Amino acid sequence: MQALTNRSKVVAKKELSFVEKLYLPAIINGMRITMSHFFKKKATISYPEKKRPISGVYRGQHVLKRDEKGAERCTACGLCAVACPAEAITMEAAERRKGEEHLYREEKYAAVYEINMLRCIFCGLCEEACPKEAIFLTDRIVPTEFERGDFVYGKDKLVEPVANDKRVDVSKRQTQATIEFKQHDEFPHNQTWDPSRMLDQKRKKAH
Amino acid sequence: MLLAVSTSFILTKVILAVSVFLVSLGVAAYSTYGERKVAAFLQDRLGPNRAGPFGLLQPLADGVKMFMKEEIIPNVANRWLFIFGPSLFMLTALLTGAVIPWGPDLVINGERIPLQVADVNIGVLYLLGVVSIGVYGIMIGGWASNNKYSMLGALRAASQMISYEIAMGISVIALVMVTGTLSLSEIAAQQHGWHWNILYQPLGFFIFFVCALAETNRAPFDLPECETELVGGYHTEYSSMKLGLYLFAEYINMFISSAVIATFYFGGYNMPFIGRFVSDPNWLAVLGVVFLFAKVIFFIFLFMWIRWTLPRFRYDQLMNLGWKILIPLSIFNLAVITPLVMWIGGRLKF
Repeated sequence: MQALTNRSKVVAKKELSFVEKLYLPAIINGMRITMSHFFKKKATISYPEKKRPISGVYRGQHVLKRDEKGAERCTACGLCAVACPAEAITMEAAERRKGEEHLYREEKYAAVYEINMLRCIFCGLCEEACPKEAIFLTDRIVPTEFERGDFVYGKDKLVEPVANDKRVDVSKRQTQATIEFKQHDEFPHNQTWDPSRMLDQKRKKAH
Repeated sequence: MLLAVSTSFILTKVILAVSVFLVSLGVAAYSTYGERKVAAFLQDRLGPNRAGPFGLLQPLADGVKMFMKEEIIPNVANRWLFIFGPSLFMLTALLTGAVIPWGPDLVINGERIPLQVADVNIGVLYLLGVVSIGVYGIMIGGWASNNKYSMLGALRAASQMISYEIAMGISVIALVMVTGTLSLSEIAAQQHGWHWNILYQPLGFFIFFVCALAETNRAPFDLPECETELVGGYHTEYSSMKLGLYLFAEYINMFISSAVIATFYFGGYNMPFIGRFVSDPNWLAVLGVVFLFAKVIFFIFLFMWIRWTLPRFRYDQLMNLGWKILIPLSIFNLAVITPLVMWIGGRLKF
């Protein structure tokens, strides 16, 4: 019979020779092999102290960005929650009051913003959906917890600190192409349900 | 007087017995650590390294964990035998240390103090006897659990230990013929210099070593536990410290059988040429203990090395090896050594 591939091997069940029946040469050879591994460099990395290098565009724990003045960028439009295939994001919107302009960039903001890190699959669709450049995935790894509830991250863990030196750098995930793409209002992806913005677009079309 | 018992005699014996007990436990505890480290290193891993420096407190952590676990005695188990099983196993494991000569005699105030708890003149028989009681611990525990896996594991353990005891016994008979004594202290003392018994009994040593692996239920003869088929074998139903006792006693058995192998075949506490450098008997005794422990640790390492290299035997292979290969081999060994001892007489010497 012709073989389908040239990798096939003919297996013969032959009688073991006397030396093979003794098994001792095989055992000694096996022990030699294991001993050679004894002195090999170990594959393990002592994790919290040493870390494997990860890509600059790694998709890890999310951050809610602030703008240059320290106001939260998120406007609670809910596009990230809609885009999320794992339904990990929930939020409650609130209206900005007078005197809160330094806290929130737009008139509407997320009073509650929660990501369930157990549901999240770190696909990055929320980041793609966000029209305000507010949410980004970072190269930080979500730490383990003892309670399930502790994996639901609120704004206390998600929003970056105000201090300039403590900001989370996301420049690696902001490729030129993404930034460019988000400028285009004509894509439905970049449209929000913000009524004022929709009015703007209508006006543009009218022109 | 037959029993000349003085206070100092009792005191030294008590101190010796307690220290042998504690050392057995200590070595067994660190064997668990060593086992995990050796396993890890042979598999390109690091092993436990979080508890203390290099993970040296790991045995402590494991012990605390074992104590903290919930203790479960199955409803249908025979309660008393269920408790008796691990106790007996631990007891027999600890008993064997009594007859092993740990070093040459100490001399304090002109009095010779042997570093051996009980210098009985039938030490070899005592050892074999106690070791064969050990199987009852497994058998009783496995039966009392009222669980088919435990029962199967216990049956395997019993048949395995009984089968390999025969070959072991015959190889020991050959050794006894060569040395002409049943006393372990004499066997050890005879092997001064290079007169190690391994040179006179290489085949006997090999058989004894393989049987020792089987007697201690170590891989490749760990069929009584056999995680892949029998869940945990005879200790499937055990939890908390009763499980700990079983696991721990196994390591004590390993320690003791390493010590026995070293004493029987590798000169015990003797080291060639040491007499040239040291003459003080007390220093010799201390060094003797160190040498014996070096040999013991080497054999414990060998046990582990074999465990993490070889796969488990199938049950019929195990029985074939025991009955059709090791027993004929040991009889052959005996048949060769008997006429030699007859003609040359007494101890064989080169």
